[in-house]
Amino acid sequence: MVTGGVTKFAKAHPAMDFRLMVKRAYDYALKGIPNLTKDRIDGTRISYFSDHFSRQLKAASMVQDYLGMNPKGSVRIEWGGATGGECFQAAYEAIASGRMDVCLAAGYETMSRVATWKGNEFIALASDTNFDFPLGGFYTGYYALMVIRHIYQYLRLTRFAHITDEREAQRRAIAEGQRIMSLVSVKNHLNAMHNPYAQYPKQLTVDDVLNSEMISYPLTREQICTMSDGAAVAILCDERRAREFTDKPVRIIGVGTGTDTMRLADRPFGTVPLLPREKASDYEGLPYPGVHSFRAGRAAGIEAYRMAGITDPKKELDFIELHDAYASSEIQTYEDLGLCRYGEGYSFVEQGDPFLKNIRYPFPTPNAGAIPVNPSGGLIACGHPVGATGLMQGVFAFWQLQGTIRKHFGDGTLQLKNPRRGAIHSHAGTGSSVTVSILERGFR
Amino acid sequence: MARAPPPVYEKFRDVQAEIERSGAAIFRDANGVESLVIHYPYSINYIHSYAEDSPFFLGLANGKLMGSKCTARRCGATFATPRGHCMRCGAATEWIDLPLRGKVHSWTTCHFGSEAFLKETPYNLALVEFEGIGSVMLVRLKDAVESDLYVGMPVEARFDPNPKYSITDVWFVPVR
Repeated sequence: MVTGGVTKFAKAHPAMDFRLMVKRAYDYALKGIPNLTKDRIDGTRISYFSDHFSRQLKAASMVQDYLGMNPKGSVRIEWGGATGGECFQAAYEAIASGRMDVCLAAGYETMSRVATWKGNEFIALASDTNFDFPLGGFYTGYYALMVIRHIYQYLRLTRFAHITDEREAQRRAIAEGQRIMSLVSVKNHLNAMHNPYAQYPKQLTVDDVLNSEMISYPLTREQICTMSDGAAVAILCDERRAREFTDKPVRIIGVGTGTDTMRLADRPFGTVPLLPREKASDYEGLPYPGVHSFRAGRAAGIEAYRMAGITDPKKELDFIELHDAYASSEIQTYEDLGLCRYGEGYSFVEQGDPFLKNIRYPFPTPNAGAIPVNPSGGLIACGHPVGATGLMQGVFAFWQLQGTIRKHFGDGTLQLKNPRRGAIHSHAGTGSSVTVSILERGFR
Repeated sequence: MARAPPPVYEKFRDVQAEIERSGAAIFRDANGVESLVIHYPYSINYIHSYAEDSPFFLGLANGKLMGSKCTARRCGATFATPRGHCMRCGAATEWIDLPLRGKVHSWTTCHFGSEAFLKETPYNLALVEFEGIGSVMLVRLKDAVESDLYVGMPVEARFDPNPKYSITDVWFVPVR
């Protein structure tokens, strides 16, 4: 990767349609590297999630057209919420296969074109329309079902095992889970205070999060990402050309993808696919994935780590930008990606491992800096214009590894000290598809 | 021929209200850029076939809950939400009757929902597990409020006496 660009994510950008948003992000990306001009780009991969939002089919062709890329080759990428992450990997594959020397990955979503609850309906159409959608199709509801079971499995049966009254034990476990999810929400919103691209930077307390509107029990409004308009681009090329364009390229050293059943109800109760430092005995008797964990995320992690030669992700990665559409899924994802073991996600947050060292959060974070997760603020605070989101993560990770956060954000607070490796993680529909890509600094 | 331009608003929310009233509005953003915004409705009726899932929906109309079972002797996986072919071994499945009682595997109460379901909020969703069946089923859980619900709660099926051939023809209620 040699450059990238992002538009500020916003509730609505009525003055820009999707073509202009992508153009702005593209111009920003090109501005930074004078040797890379349009004629050097061999083709494009363009991503957006839903034709419903812009009511324009083949919108990727219109982006290609507006950027003046015709007659170069292009493919539209769509993979639900993981659309942006897939687009990033599609561009990687175009280069790795030798088909292209330089490839533009561009993504966008304009979700403001319909009212919020209509937008939720479009998103819920990414669930089985025979068996799931007509029951009250609502993605927050699906993630709530998953976290209730995650809390049951990993708090009720552990921390609250001593309580014999079943309903009391579950009630207290859920309250504990809600409190810990709120720590994640506070983290991501507070990190975003230093990210000018973020849609909802906020200084929140745990109580603010807990007392915000209940959307689908136990998830409150501040634990959920919102609808956004936005675009992001990343330009990838082969290693030899990278040096022509920049003295600070970033290498993509691992890619992984995983999938799971579309219906939550079909998820099996089997065994955990293990990461290098795990043993089958760690998870004896654990029905996996059930609805409490994302098997697709685990599969994507295993593939990407194997390719990158990573055996201890927490030690060998310096940060992760992951798909926190819900505070719950951020915690579930720590476990899928092996930052901690299954069942340790809640204490991982309480110990402070995913927090930044140089930001003061309104509660103790003793292990802060161990492995910062969503230093940018993630989806919860940056917004989630679906087709752009995975590429936005790619751009933030790229700037982080280049050491250019201050230049692009106008604020160096989120710049980690000398990061060498980071991961980006993009996730679709109740974990039905997930991508993980590992990025490494490509210069001394 | 001339037409006065539509009214100008600086809040997007006001633009939304105006286009519902009169069909058009102008949005002026913080930089003074003006964009014309119009009302653009869209509706469609699908000719939707349940295809291989059809017997399940016909079963609901007769007060039956049908799952599926893999026909391969060495596999025999069972599914509470039916599948035409086994996801483990790929063999065809056959229809089986599910028990009408089960237990809550997980649950939530939706206080908001997609536009189509907003008027029904709050409503409960539950994944229900059945004795001896290898997967679960997503249903509406009625006659119970948020504070009643818990993992493991015994529940039983109810069927709509006026079936609409929809998954909503069945719902569950707590066993009293």
